[in-house]
Amino acid sequence: MHRIDCPWCGLRDEAEFQYQGDASVAPPPLEGDIDEAMAAVYLRENPRGWHQEWWHHVAGCRQYVRVLRHTGSHEVAATGWPDSRLEPPA
Amino acid sequence: MSMVQPDRLESGGTIDRGRPLTVNFDGRPYPGYAGDTLASLLLANGVRLVGRSFKYHRPRGVLGAGAEEPNALVELGVGARREPNTRATLVEAVDGLVARSQNRFPSLRHDLLAVNGLAHRFLVAGFYYKTFMWPASFWESVYERQIRRAAGLGRAAAAPDPDRYEHVHAHADVVIAGAGAAGLQAALAAAAGGARVLLLEADRCPGGRLAWERASVNGRPAAHWVADTVSRLEGMDNVRILRRTTLTSVYDHGVTSALEQVAGDPAGSDPALPRQRLWIIRGRRLIVASGALERPLVFDDNDRPGVMLAAAVRSYVNRYAVAPGRSFLVATTGDDAYRTAFDLQDAGRTVVAVADARPHAGAMAEAARERGIRVVNDALPARALGRLQLRGVRLQNGNGAPLEELACDCLAVSGGFSPDLTLSTQMGERPVWSETLGCFLPPPTTDQPVEVVGAAAGVLELQAAFSGAVDAGARAAAAVGYPVPADMPPATAGSSAPSDAPALPVRCPGRGKAFVDFQNDVTADDVRLANQEGFASVEHLKRYTTLGMGTDQGKTSGVNGLLLLAREQGRPPEQVGTTRFRPPAVPVAVGAYAGHRTGRAFAPIRRTAMDGWHRRSGASFIEAGHWLRPSCYPRGDEDIAGATWREALAVRTGVGICDVSTLGKIDVMGPDAAEFLTRLYINGFRKLAVGRVRYGAMLRPDGHLLDDGTTSRFAEDHFVTTTTTANAARVLAHMEYHAQVAWPDLDVAVCSATEQWATMAVAGPRSRETLQLAFPDADLSDEALPFMGFLELDGGGFPLRVFRISFSGELAYEVSVPWGHGEPIWCRIMAAGAPFDITPYGTEALSVLRIEKGHPAGPELDGRTTAADIGLGEMFAKQKTGFVGRLLATRPGLADPHRPRLVGLRPVDPAGRLRGGAHLVADAKGCGIEDSQGWLSSVCHSPQVESWIALGFLADGARRTGEVLHAVFPLRGETVAVEVCSPCFVDPEGSRLRG
Repeated sequence: MHRIDCPWCGLRDEAEFQYQGDASVAPPPLEGDIDEAMAAVYLRENPRGWHQEWWHHVAGCRQYVRVLRHTGSHEVAATGWPDSRLEPPA
Repeated sequence: MSMVQPDRLESGGTIDRGRPLTVNFDGRPYPGYAGDTLASLLLANGVRLVGRSFKYHRPRGVLGAGAEEPNALVELGVGARREPNTRATLVEAVDGLVARSQNRFPSLRHDLLAVNGLAHRFLVAGFYYKTFMWPASFWESVYERQIRRAAGLGRAAAAPDPDRYEHVHAHADVVIAGAGAAGLQAALAAAAGGARVLLLEADRCPGGRLAWERASVNGRPAAHWVADTVSRLEGMDNVRILRRTTLTSVYDHGVTSALEQVAGDPAGSDPALPRQRLWIIRGRRLIVASGALERPLVFDDNDRPGVMLAAAVRSYVNRYAVAPGRSFLVATTGDDAYRTAFDLQDAGRTVVAVADARPHAGAMAEAARERGIRVVNDALPARALGRLQLRGVRLQNGNGAPLEELACDCLAVSGGFSPDLTLSTQMGERPVWSETLGCFLPPPTTDQPVEVVGAAAGVLELQAAFSGAVDAGARAAAAVGYPVPADMPPATAGSSAPSDAPALPVRCPGRGKAFVDFQNDVTADDVRLANQEGFASVEHLKRYTTLGMGTDQGKTSGVNGLLLLAREQGRPPEQVGTTRFRPPAVPVAVGAYAGHRTGRAFAPIRRTAMDGWHRRSGASFIEAGHWLRPSCYPRGDEDIAGATWREALAVRTGVGICDVSTLGKIDVMGPDAAEFLTRLYINGFRKLAVGRVRYGAMLRPDGHLLDDGTTSRFAEDHFVTTTTTANAARVLAHMEYHAQVAWPDLDVAVCSATEQWATMAVAGPRSRETLQLAFPDADLSDEALPFMGFLELDGGGFPLRVFRISFSGELAYEVSVPWGHGEPIWCRIMAAGAPFDITPYGTEALSVLRIEKGHPAGPELDGRTTAADIGLGEMFAKQKTGFVGRLLATRPGLADPHRPRLVGLRPVDPAGRLRGGAHLVADAKGCGIEDSQGWLSSVCHSPQVESWIALGFLADGARRTGEVLHAVFPLRGETVAVEVCSPCFVDPEGSRLRG
C-alpha cells in the first residue's frame, strides 16, 4: 500500500487516489498531426525505474498530483503540482 | 473430571491446572487445561493420529508446535462457523471447543482412500498434468470430481460467516514483529528515547522460546526476565504490546498489516467482540524478530505419527507439561536438539539415544554422555517403523549402511534452523545463502527502513541476539529522530556451551517415500523427478510439484526442497535461490480483509430526495450503480410488464413524472467555461445563449464516445452540464484532468452538483398544464420557455429550475430544486397533475420511451461506438475547431462508413419476440458468429408500435432500411425475422416535443 504526499492535503493513503497513468506524455493535441495523437494516446515507455505518474486525489481535494515513483521499488521520490518539475534522485 | 491425561507430566508447564476444560475431537471428549493448545491437549491424551494427508491419505500426527505445522489441520466449529485447515498447534483450547479431523473417509483410523498410497507410482509430481488427459470430455464430468473428492483439505462452511471482523488503524514510529528474546530487547532499546513502539506477538504470551526454555537470563530463569521486561514495557506510555497478533504483511512506505485473534473461542461466545481484527499499521521503521523454524529430516516414512520436530517436543514438555511419548529417540544434525533429550530425561522419560549426523562427538555429546544418554555419531534415520503410530526407527550411517533398529514411540528430529524469511523477503529482495550457518539469511536491509534481528536474522546464539537487538532498536529510534540513551546494556544470557557447526541436512539414503512437504505430499522423489523432467528453476519446481504451496507456505519444507534440488543439480544452494514470500505470511480469513465492509457497508445505497415517496407509493426498485431507482409503480396485481406498459402509455397520452435525480450534474464555471466545453464536446458551446440548453456528446481521447447529455448556460461564465447516471464520476474526472493538466491556461473550475439538485422529468402532452397549475405565477408559454430553453424561478425562498428538454419525445420538462426540496415539489406537481391522472413512471417506462424515440443509452454507448455510429456524424463534422478525440476518430477503422450503425428493428410478424444480444444474420440456417452483421442492443415491447421493437447496430445500417434479416438468439434457440427501419419509431418529425 502506497502513501502519497498530496501537495494540497499532505500525506495520504493510496486508497484515496486513483492512478491515472503516465505523466511524462503530453495530452494529445486537439488538431494537427494524427501520429502525434496516436503516440500520446497509445505509446508508453513502461520503464523499470523512475516514472512520472498521475495520481488523482478523488477522495480528497480532487486534484491531479504528479508523482515521481520507482516502478521497481515503489519508492516515491517526490510529488508536486501538475506543472512541477520532479527530478529523479541522483 | 475423572478422565486421565496419560501423557500429561505431573508438574511444570505454564498451563493452569486449576482450570480444567473439555474439548471435543471427532466426537469424543478430551480433558485439558486452560493454557493448552488443541495440539498439546490431544498429545496429553495420547492422541497421535490427527489427520490424513492431502494426496495419499497417509496417517499424520502433530509435527510442530506453532505456525509451521503442516499436518495437524482440523476443522473447527460447526455449521456456518465451520472453519477448515486450522492448525491445531495455534488453536487455544477452550471449554466446549468442537474440532474434527479432515480429509478422511469414512473415519480417521480406517480411511478407504489410503489406497492412493499404494498407487503412489502414478500419483507423482505433475500427475494431474500427465494422467486423465483422455478423453477430454471426461475431465469435467468424471476426473475432476473424483480428484476433488480424493485430494483435498477441509470443507468450507456453506452459510455466510456469522462473525464480525474489525479493521483497526495504528501509527507507530517503530513496529516490532515478534516479542521473543530479540523483539523484547529491541523494544526496550527503541522505546527508551520516547519513540512510539508497537510490539506484536503472535502467541498469547510474549517471550518466544524464553517463556518456557530452561535457560537463564541476568542470572535468573529466563521466564522471569520475560515477565519483568513485559511489565516494564507495558508501564511505558509510548509502548503498546498486542498479543495473539501476527504481523502477516509488509507493504510499501512503512505500511504493514497484522491479524489479531480476538476471542480465543471459535464458537463466538461473546457477541460483543469481533472474532478477528485486521490491523493496518503505518509505521516509520520495522524490526523483524519473528524467529527461526526448525527443519525436519528427509528419510523414508518420515511422516509417521510420532515423528516430531525436536524444539517442538521440548516446548510441549516445558510449556504444556506434555511428553508426547514414553520412549524417545532424538535424530539431529546440530546441537540444539540435545537440549530436548536433556529436558525429556529430566521429565522422567526414557531417551533411547541421540543419533547425530556428524561423525565426531562435540561438546553437547559429552554432556549427554555425562547424563548417561547414549550418543550414536554418523547416524541418520533410515526408516520410521509403524503405521498409525511410530514403533521404532532403523538407523543408518551417512553412506546408507544399515546400523541398528531402535524401538521408540517418538522421534524428535532436527535438521537445523532456518530464519523465518516470510516477512523479511516480502519487499521483493532475495535471501542470501550462508554456507557457515547452513541456511538462507534475510536480504541486506541497509537501504530499507527495516531491521532483522535475532533468530530471524540467523543469530541463534542468545547473547548475540540480545546485543544485536539493542543496536537495532537504538538505530531504528535514532533514524526517526528519537534520542538514544548512552548506556543501554543488553541482557546477559546464561552460560551455554559453544555450538558446533551443524551438518547440512540432505535426503537420508533410502528408496521409500521420504516427505519434503508434508502438507502437499511432495516427496524427495518428486523433487528429483521434476528436475529430471526439466522443471529445474525453483519457481517451476514449486508449481510442478506444489512444494511449499500449502496453507503452511512451505515453512518446514521450503529450504529442504531447495537443498534437494541443489544437490540434484550439483549446484550450490545460492545459485538455486528461493521462491519469494508474498503477503500474507500466514493464512488470513477473507472476512478479516473485508472487515466491516460487508453487505450494505460494502455497497452502500444512494437514495434520492424522493425515495420516501417512492417507497410509500409501492415502487419496485432497481439498483443503478449504487443508486436505488424506481423501476415501475405496479398497481394492484399488475406485473412489471403491465405497469411499464401503462406508465409509458400515460406519458404518450397524458402526463407522467419520473425521478431523474441520479443523472450526473456538473457545474462548469469561469471566464473560459465556454471554451473549455467546446474543446470537450463534439459540438460547440461558445455561441450558446444564456438561458438555452444544448445536447452534446463527448469522446474519449481515442475517438470513441464517452458520454452524452445536456448543457445549460446560466451565465456567460456558468454552465451546468448533465451526464448519464453511470458515467457521472468518469466524466467529472475527465473534466478535471483537462482543466488541471491539459489546459491549465483556461480559467475554469468544475464541481459535481449531482447530490445538490433533485430533478424530476415531467413529460407528456399535459405536462405544460400540469406545471402551470403547480407554479401558477410562472410564464411557461412556448414563447417564454421554448424547446431547449430553461427558466430560473423562485420556488418560495429557493431556486427552482425548469428546463424544457425531452428524453421521451413528448412535450416535456425537467424541474430541479435543491435536494431537500425534492419531495415537497414532487408532491406539489403530483397534486397539480391530478386532473390529468399524472402517472409516476420508473426506469422501465423511461427505457421504453427512449427506445421508441431512438435515443442511445448505456447499451449503445458501450465504449466501442463512435459519434457516427449513433447518428451524430453531422454534428461531429460541423465543428470548426478541434476537440478531444477528433483526430483519432478520423482513423480509417473508426471512420469506415461500413461500420455497424444504429438502426431500428421490428419483427416482420408483430407477435415476434425480440431479445437484447441477438445477432443479425442474412440466413439463420447453420450460421455462426462469422456470419453476424450486427446485433440488437436494446429491446422493448412498445405500446406505440404495439409490438416488440429494438435498437441495434448493423453494418452499413444507414443504407439498409427495409431489408429483412434474421435475429438469432442461440441461448434460447430462437430466430425471428426482422425488418430494418429508422431508430425513431415515434414522431420522427419531432412535432410533439415542440408542441
